[in-house]
Amino acid sequence: MVDKPITTTTTADTIAALKEKFPDAVSDDTRQGYSGVVIDKNKLVEVATALRDELGYDYLSSVTGVDYLGISDHMEVVYHAYRTSGGPALVFKAQTDRNESEIPSLTSVYPGADFQEREIWDLYGIRFNGHPNLKRILLWEGFDGHPMRKDWKEAYYEEEHKPFGSRWPAGYVHRSEERNAYGHNVKYPADLDLSRLNDTSEESLYSGMGLGVDVERLDDETKLKTDRLIVNLGPHHPSTHGVFRMVVTLDGETIEMLEPVMGYLHRNHEQIGERNTFLHNMPFTDRLDYISGMSNNLGYALAVEQLLARGARWQPPSYRAEVIRVLMVELTRIVNHYWAIGFFLNDLGAFFTPALYAIAEREKILDFFEATAGSRMMPNYMRFGGVFKDLPERIRGVANLLNDQVRDFNTMDYLTELINDRLPRSIDELDRLITESEIIKTRCIGVGYLPAEMAVAYSCAGPLLRASGVPYDVRRADPYSIYPELDFDVAVRYNGDLYDRYLIRLDEMRESIRILKQILPRLEATQGQSVFGPSQHTPRVPVGESYGRVENPKGELGYYVVSNGIGEEATKGPQNPWRYHVRAPSFINLTALGAMCKGHKVADVVAILGSIDIVLGETDR
Amino acid sequence: MSELQLRDLHSTEFPVPGELQDNLAITSLSKIYNWARRESMWPLLFGLACCAIEMIATAASRYDLSRFGMEVMRGSPRQSDLMIVSGTVTKKMVVPIVRLYNQMPEPKYVMAMGACASGGGPFKEGYNVVSGIDKYLPVDVYVPGCPPTPQSLLYGLISLQKKIDGQSLANMDDVPWYGVAPSEPTPIPVLGPDIIDPRQMDLIRQQAERAAAGLPYGVRELPKVIPVAPKKPSAPKPAAAPAAAVEVDPAKAERLAKREAALARKRVAEGGAPAPEEASEEAAVPAQVPAAAAPATSVEPTAPGKFDKAAMLEKIRARKANK
Repeated sequence: MVDKPITTTTTADTIAALKEKFPDAVSDDTRQGYSGVVIDKNKLVEVATALRDELGYDYLSSVTGVDYLGISDHMEVVYHAYRTSGGPALVFKAQTDRNESEIPSLTSVYPGADFQEREIWDLYGIRFNGHPNLKRILLWEGFDGHPMRKDWKEAYYEEEHKPFGSRWPAGYVHRSEERNAYGHNVKYPADLDLSRLNDTSEESLYSGMGLGVDVERLDDETKLKTDRLIVNLGPHHPSTHGVFRMVVTLDGETIEMLEPVMGYLHRNHEQIGERNTFLHNMPFTDRLDYISGMSNNLGYALAVEQLLARGARWQPPSYRAEVIRVLMVELTRIVNHYWAIGFFLNDLGAFFTPALYAIAEREKILDFFEATAGSRMMPNYMRFGGVFKDLPERIRGVANLLNDQVRDFNTMDYLTELINDRLPRSIDELDRLITESEIIKTRCIGVGYLPAEMAVAYSCAGPLLRASGVPYDVRRADPYSIYPELDFDVAVRYNGDLYDRYLIRLDEMRESIRILKQILPRLEATQGQSVFGPSQHTPRVPVGESYGRVENPKGELGYYVVSNGIGEEATKGPQNPWRYHVRAPSFINLTALGAMCKGHKVADVVAILGSIDIVLGETDR
Repeated sequence: MSELQLRDLHSTEFPVPGELQDNLAITSLSKIYNWARRESMWPLLFGLACCAIEMIATAASRYDLSRFGMEVMRGSPRQSDLMIVSGTVTKKMVVPIVRLYNQMPEPKYVMAMGACASGGGPFKEGYNVVSGIDKYLPVDVYVPGCPPTPQSLLYGLISLQKKIDGQSLANMDDVPWYGVAPSEPTPIPVLGPDIIDPRQMDLIRQQAERAAAGLPYGVRELPKVIPVAPKKPSAPKPAAAPAAAVEVDPAKAERLAKREAALARKRVAEGGAPAPEEASEEAAVPAQVPAAAAPATSVEPTAPGKFDKAAMLEKIRARKANK
């Protein structure tokens, strides 16, 4: 947090102030469609410190790498920093050579850069000098190469961009397995040495965990002389919300150190995203945070719309489209928080029964999604410039969860009943059942404490950040869609423990209901309006970069999209993104997990993890 | 045991008197064994990705998996009968999955839930994705969908129950676990520069030798192009069109010529009439093949498949007359 008053207000002011202070190190990014500043990598830490301490950019949202092979043949690391008091981003970049790529680490200034820098090292091979724990994070030690580099080709490589050529060129289908000698999705380097297989992940993981006897304690007569113990939780564990793994060093039952291990669901979202056309990525975003597909759609649509607005043949979304988007997104938030609360109780030991109560009403919302978008969980509903179709006249939904009786409803009646009656009632029910429970209070209050400064420093987002007393919500801080005209409060709680993280989810659900109640009359009023402009399946997107971010149920979800290309694509605009990066809230929120768990008992770890509410599709991408 | 379930067990071979039917069943050992197993399939509590959410929804109140005796999801592989592979299998994750499978006691079943577990799904091309769990484990039921709805998962589970019904204790070849010795565990893959399946060691060694010798490695030769006869007879070409307009791939023409020659030799060997002059000439003079084969390709394959309307009408008329 900043002691001195901040004199600069706009981004332009900030850039001017930076240039004044560091005339040699800071220069404008003059490429067409790009914004922000390029910082000399040798001065990066100094400039970042000044940004944080003097100019108030205390929240580092996203760090990502881009490989400009063939365009300018350098690597670039892109940082998006914000003020927790609100306002647009300051984008700054550091460039490095492709062959010996090194950049100073910003973990000393923004600890939230920790995992993101490890990810860039893993996927791009950019070495971050000064990073305390620079290991691969998504893949394993010993993996051959850095797969996001543009010159690295995967085993099933076909062509650089989709749509691929015909797979039936000569009267029979080409399948990737058939062209691979092993019949698998594998490739090995030419100098494969089978006698020495080099997966050193486990050793390097345990080496930093402080095994053995605590020497300092040997002299202390009052303490027990015990060995430290390493326990693996996951990747197969019922309470890790998927395939997440935590390696903890225990002293007795107390946690000394916790290291998250991820990548067990790393399904190469970003690399596939670079091969896809812009629109192809829409269904893939559903599978990021697979509980809240609709919100993921919106973030990506916003990012590409920012690019399209710079001169493509394109119509911005109509008012009704925006109304429907907000309707979907807020319903998704409720679905997600039901799920989060239900499974948080699961993690506290109340196996499955509370979850059954929590996710019962979810089915009604999913019926609405299914009737509208065609799928319960993977809607693929939004498009650049609207949504792909209007709400249906009538929907078939479950009338009674007891016997799964399906009935035909008028959509507006269904929604009105859902929003005005069923959802508030069920939220109140959860509140009544859980909030005052003696066991819940004993297990939750004071556990997993995360102070506000730490939450900001670790780039935490969403309920995790707001439960620590930082009222930061992208819907208010950097508004999008029709949120400016809607009346709602940013839920905030101040204790930063498990109990507040549970309560803030209830608060947010109630705020969502409040928004939805304002959406209903808008839906009525806009009936009949178009929801989608002219069809544009493979739009040519103007060259440039954009960062679209939304307040996802789990936190700030950002999409960093670079539209660029080689040759004529650089002028006409490409059909495929050059870089497609997802700033995943679940991934970055986990940075604080180790700090939160330290000193607690092993049984609290799963509860703390449950309170962060992660989804592995998004964490590992 | 309810009345209904007891009746399921009755064998047709040994009729039970009517008054005892609700109290007594005479049946085969296989049948009662399978009946007990199919009604208490305990899945491993094991979610990988998006499909796991639908799996949980299936277990929840609306779809209620416990109707099938399957709601007892076990956290430990030692207590479970069924592994529902619910989501994308990555190279990093397949190692623990195979290990978990080996830890499950027999009889055990695997269900590939969703597109990813069945064949890689939308993420198939990814560098860290295994294109289907069946590359490593024997899959019993595939459930399509992305993700499959709870209804289709239930259908998959019912299909699995049917599969269990068909298995016999007497026939040891039917399922490995009714044999004498315990079956071998699946070799656990190793994470090297890329994932290594120990069962493929020989192949990997061969390819490594090729790489060391500077030969292309890691790619498989595509199957040869089989010339496809055009479906419709092409319209008669204008007489003015030069012969060069018919583009024939030299390799393809050569293959055709070889085939003709082989056919000719076969005919001779069988003692039939000697091959037509033109064919043997073609085979003998490969240099002229492209030009010579060009008319052959355009005429020969189309002739037998040609649709003769008059003859067909004649046939139909004859059939009608017969009736």
